[in-house]
Amino acid sequence: MAILVDKNTRLICQGFTGQHGTFHSLKCAEYGTKFVGGVVPGKGGTIHEGYPVFDTVAEAVEKQKANATMIFVPALYCRDAILEAVDAGLELVICITEGVPANDMMFVKRYLQGKKTRLIGPNCPGAISPGKAKVGIMPAAIHQEGSVGVISRSGTLTYEAVNQLTKLGIGQSTCIGIGGDPVIGTNFIDALELFKADKQTKAVLMIGEIGGSLEEETARWIKKNFPKPVAAFIAGATAPPGRRMGHAGAIISGGKGTYAEKVKVLKTCGIKVARTPAEMGETMKKAMGR
Amino acid sequence: MNIHEYQARQLLRDHGIPVKPDFMATSVDEVEQKLSRLIGPPWIIKAQAHTGGRGKAGGVKLAKSKEEALAHAKNILGMTLVTPQTGPKGKLVRRIMVAEDTRIAKEYYLGFLADRATASYIFIGSTEGGVEIEKVAAETPDKIIKVAVDPVSGYRAYHGTEMSRRLGFKGALAKQLNQVMSGMYQLFISKDASLVEINPLVRTPEDTLFALDAKVTFDDNGLARHPEIASLRDIDEEDPNEVLASRHDLSYIKLDGTIGCLVNGAGLAMATMDIVKHYGGSPANFLDVGGSASTEKVTEAFKIILSDPNVRGILVNIFGGIMKCDVIAEGIVAASKTLGVKVPIVARLDGTNVEQGKKILAGSGLKIIPASSLGEAARLIVKEATSP
Repeated sequence: MAILVDKNTRLICQGFTGQHGTFHSLKCAEYGTKFVGGVVPGKGGTIHEGYPVFDTVAEAVEKQKANATMIFVPALYCRDAILEAVDAGLELVICITEGVPANDMMFVKRYLQGKKTRLIGPNCPGAISPGKAKVGIMPAAIHQEGSVGVISRSGTLTYEAVNQLTKLGIGQSTCIGIGGDPVIGTNFIDALELFKADKQTKAVLMIGEIGGSLEEETARWIKKNFPKPVAAFIAGATAPPGRRMGHAGAIISGGKGTYAEKVKVLKTCGIKVARTPAEMGETMKKAMGR
Repeated sequence: MNIHEYQARQLLRDHGIPVKPDFMATSVDEVEQKLSRLIGPPWIIKAQAHTGGRGKAGGVKLAKSKEEALAHAKNILGMTLVTPQTGPKGKLVRRIMVAEDTRIAKEYYLGFLADRATASYIFIGSTEGGVEIEKVAAETPDKIIKVAVDPVSGYRAYHGTEMSRRLGFKGALAKQLNQVMSGMYQLFISKDASLVEINPLVRTPEDTLFALDAKVTFDDNGLARHPEIASLRDIDEEDPNEVLASRHDLSYIKLDGTIGCLVNGAGLAMATMDIVKHYGGSPANFLDVGGSASTEKVTEAFKIILSDPNVRGILVNIFGGIMKCDVIAEGIVAASKTLGVKVPIVARLDGTNVEQGKKILAGSGLKIIPASSLGEAARLIVKEATSP
């Protein structure tokens, strides 16, 4: 089973011929993802690294039956790239690019309402279902197929968590980086709803950050709606208020979104919280009763 | 990005919002030269520094004569403003704004920003202007009026009508409010702002609206398409090391501790600071080298960390994804050699090309302590940095 990406994924890359687009598309294909071509306006009809390049997403859908895209275009072009993918009817859009203006994402997010397309990101590492498909920039080798779903706002911190799980012999169903920006396509609750319906997923590790109230809302939702064990880690216990720590979302303002507040709400909702980032794997293990 | 009040007021004017005339000056002479441009006395003299709470700190004065205006200008220019936002170090005032005075019948609050939770824009209005809106929201939440604006359909006159209805504005006042709100929206969208705030928006005894104090902040991600906005940046208001870091595309924030941290990824960087603290150390900085670090970038990162005299040790924590561990290792070695690093370095590398990376560090002949996990790395650096 797993969620979002699997053997049925037919992936294209918008921004395929750029340095990162090329490198990561080939890595995804190497992992076993069904990569069916790239989209670069003006380069349609050419072949790049053995794969066909199309001018538009609609053409890639028509000729290659693409159903998912991975976006590497520059930040100021992401809004249009995402809208194009939505209008072409793709099921899944994963936007890796960081630095997309917030107003662009506000428009995109509203436009997505009522559409069948799911957006992950922007500013995210993507999603991987170990043993099935990888759509993103995460190092494949640290993953192992299994039953824990991983959801995170951060990239490298997710790798850290996955690495700990794998070293403890705990495999993963799907790992999703939802992105560190204030406005993102898929939030924790959206991803948890997918994990809830997924038979392969037996438990979930959630990695949040200070700032906003996404983690608190998610914890309350979990208590009411999510029957599988959940463990969590919140980064930013030592971050000073009012400063933006790289991720636009990670800023404490007006006493809201603090570490203490988040941990308190998570624990009240029955979620096991790792005290340090070195104990994410162990905490998941305990939450699973192993 | 933050800008000064006088810059924000000009942007409001550019978008059709009524603001009384003013000018910015960096010296008393300049004030003397420009004063005749304004109607008055009285005039308002205001310190221009990127902090709130300037009035309470003595940075805002009313001048009833030219002599008073020059005396206030002299006092405020060069003063150090200490506000709750600046901390005890305070902020040096390099610029002042001199503005025409406005007679006030009532003060209101009006702000426009994005509401992340609902993915919609929102106007916030209140009859309680001139004070901190956070305080109003906490103490009298019923006095906060919210009017949502859909990001796809945008601002329409009915949003203004709704705000007027709830603020009790009628006739010409309602018409003026619509013009103010429309201008705020246009400014926000066309320039990629992240906040447009007028506090207070004043109603004069003649029922005319004026924006008195304005705060406009911008989304850093949007600056690339607005060079005219990017040029408003005043680097004197920022930490010099943070400015240097941003030039090298590094994300750096100085903190008060003794352990320098060099990490890839914002989340992992925060988590690294957290675990340093957990083991009894205190982080000297947040530093995210980003996804594609070169040897030069790592060297710059080391330079910035070491320019902080409090640093007693450096923890490098890299989980290679896009970033390759051997590149980072070469960067560490090069930086240590060129900079002659004296403080202990603990390096924890994992992920892509980790074995090559470890070999480079081990073969460098430098005293770089390897760690195989995050927990071990934090324990080691705290021990090294706190030992006498």
